[in-house]
Amino acid sequence: MALMAENISLHISGFNLLRNVSMRVEPGTVTAIVGPNGAGKSSLLKVLTGEMTASTGHVSLNHQPLNSWALGQKAKMLAVLPQHTVLNFPFTANEVVALGRIPHQTGILKDELIVADALKAVDANYLQKRFYTQMSGGEKQRVQLARVLAQIWEPTQLGDQFLVLDEPTSAFDLSHQKLTLEIVRGLAEQGTGVVMVLHDLNLAARCADNLVVFDSGTIAAQGSPEEVLTEELIFQVFGVKSIIAKHPVTQKPLVIT
Amino acid sequence: MLPLVVIFALGTGTVNISIADIWQATRGLFSNDSSSSSFSSSSQIHTILFDIRLPRILLALCLGVILAISGAVMQGLFRNPLADPSLIGVSGGASVGASIVIVMAGEWIQSGSALGLSAVAVGAFVGGFIATILVYRLATSEVGTSVTTMLLAGIAIGAIAGALNSLLSYFADNDMLRQISLWQMGNLSTANWSRVAMVAAVAALLGGLFPWDSRALNALLLGESEARHLGIDVQRVKRRLIVLTALGIGTCVAMAGMIGFVGLIVPHAIRLLIGPDHRWLLPGSALAGGLLLIIADSLARVVVAPTELPTGILTALLGAPFFVALLIQRRREI
Repeated sequence: MALMAENISLHISGFNLLRNVSMRVEPGTVTAIVGPNGAGKSSLLKVLTGEMTASTGHVSLNHQPLNSWALGQKAKMLAVLPQHTVLNFPFTANEVVALGRIPHQTGILKDELIVADALKAVDANYLQKRFYTQMSGGEKQRVQLARVLAQIWEPTQLGDQFLVLDEPTSAFDLSHQKLTLEIVRGLAEQGTGVVMVLHDLNLAARCADNLVVFDSGTIAAQGSPEEVLTEELIFQVFGVKSIIAKHPVTQKPLVIT
Repeated sequence: MLPLVVIFALGTGTVNISIADIWQATRGLFSNDSSSSSFSSSSQIHTILFDIRLPRILLALCLGVILAISGAVMQGLFRNPLADPSLIGVSGGASVGASIVIVMAGEWIQSGSALGLSAVAVGAFVGGFIATILVYRLATSEVGTSVTTMLLAGIAIGAIAGALNSLLSYFADNDMLRQISLWQMGNLSTANWSRVAMVAAVAALLGGLFPWDSRALNALLLGESEARHLGIDVQRVKRRLIVLTALGIGTCVAMAGMIGFVGLIVPHAIRLLIGPDHRWLLPGSALAGGLLLIIADSLARVVVAPTELPTGILTALLGAPFFVALLIQRRREI
């Protein structure tokens, strides 16, 4: 089972945002999407999560068309963290994370445990009773991450689970970037399929099994980071000259610009 | 607290009635005991209590509940703590509807009535509903209903309604003008049992249905797409909440004219006190709204006795300082 996009095209008011995009997210793997600004990464995520409907092509989740799932069932298998979430109401971190349990009927006691565990996982234990409106950007992003983690905290009988993250590390310092990648890898080991948009090529190379490089609405290359990241491709897509080295410890490709 | 306030409100008025008399009259009501109603004035007290004051108090309670709970729902739906039920155009439309009836129908107003409702009330209700439908239609495309467009459409419809109102006031004679402006200040003096029954039915409907969407409203505070990803059918929730709010506010405005501030301030104050979780916010707002309106209406009856003040003036005078006090206290905490 998988989260799959086949031949997706998306036209909105005369613009071709996506052209013939096909990709497949297997459970237990991490897919990173990279590409220049405006290449269509976020549009792809929106189509992949059912927020927008593709003009042509289709998206399927666990062998069923995505929009044939009931909303409540879909929410148990697919959690989505958008780039920005604006919340102007003084919820505490606990309450925000508890919103992630809405699709489930597991009872208050169990939800409380999951909320606490999810906050601990993102190193935001100390925020529990703090108001969301008074947190820093990085703290807010961690709480939101905990919310989507709580949404798929336990496996469901309906099918494999997927987590979609749009630039999850944009407001994080180094240690929290690393923590996020560890969480993502941990989820993949437990069988969750993760898709995320990243800006940092080296972060993407370090944690992705499948690296998708986007350029003006199409996929320029996809495959393992070692296959995909070449000096020519980076020049072609980003217009930047670079050197590809090997990370001395992880042996993953390292892009030096 | 609610029963205490009701008893206090029963006792207050141009004619003061002691708690003992209220007790006696209530007992007389239930026991048909002739000895307890042997006072010479007791039938008068009975009339004042049960035919004039009690319906009015219950009307105030129900209206307060509807206004405050609708306000809480609208603030959640628009993700804006300063939203107010009138945003969806219902109040503006209702006031135009009422003005049209007052100006056009003239003397017929006094005689014509349906179901214990004056023609003005019917006009207000119809006007409110038409305005809401217009606003909703403007904001709905094939993609869904945009709350931002709805906010702007509400402002536009409100402006048109304001202009129409001024136009009608311009052509109205002195008598009509006074009637229009009194109506816009909000007044509960027309209370009777059939009106109470109608408003209570609406209040019960809203109070019964809104809490089912508490979690959906909580999720909506994150944003519409986030709520959808949490498995909530956002479009259906929106439509249901807007229709119910229009029904509730339309009824309120039809029964009592424009009573401002309750729908804006009560939910806001309750949110400052107990937090934004709609599972507590909705019942809390309903209760507080009912209390505020009973107190305001009781004061409206006595401050300039033997005449009365329009209740709408009192709700603003009572509500606004309380709100300011909360804001100041809040500022110190931060």
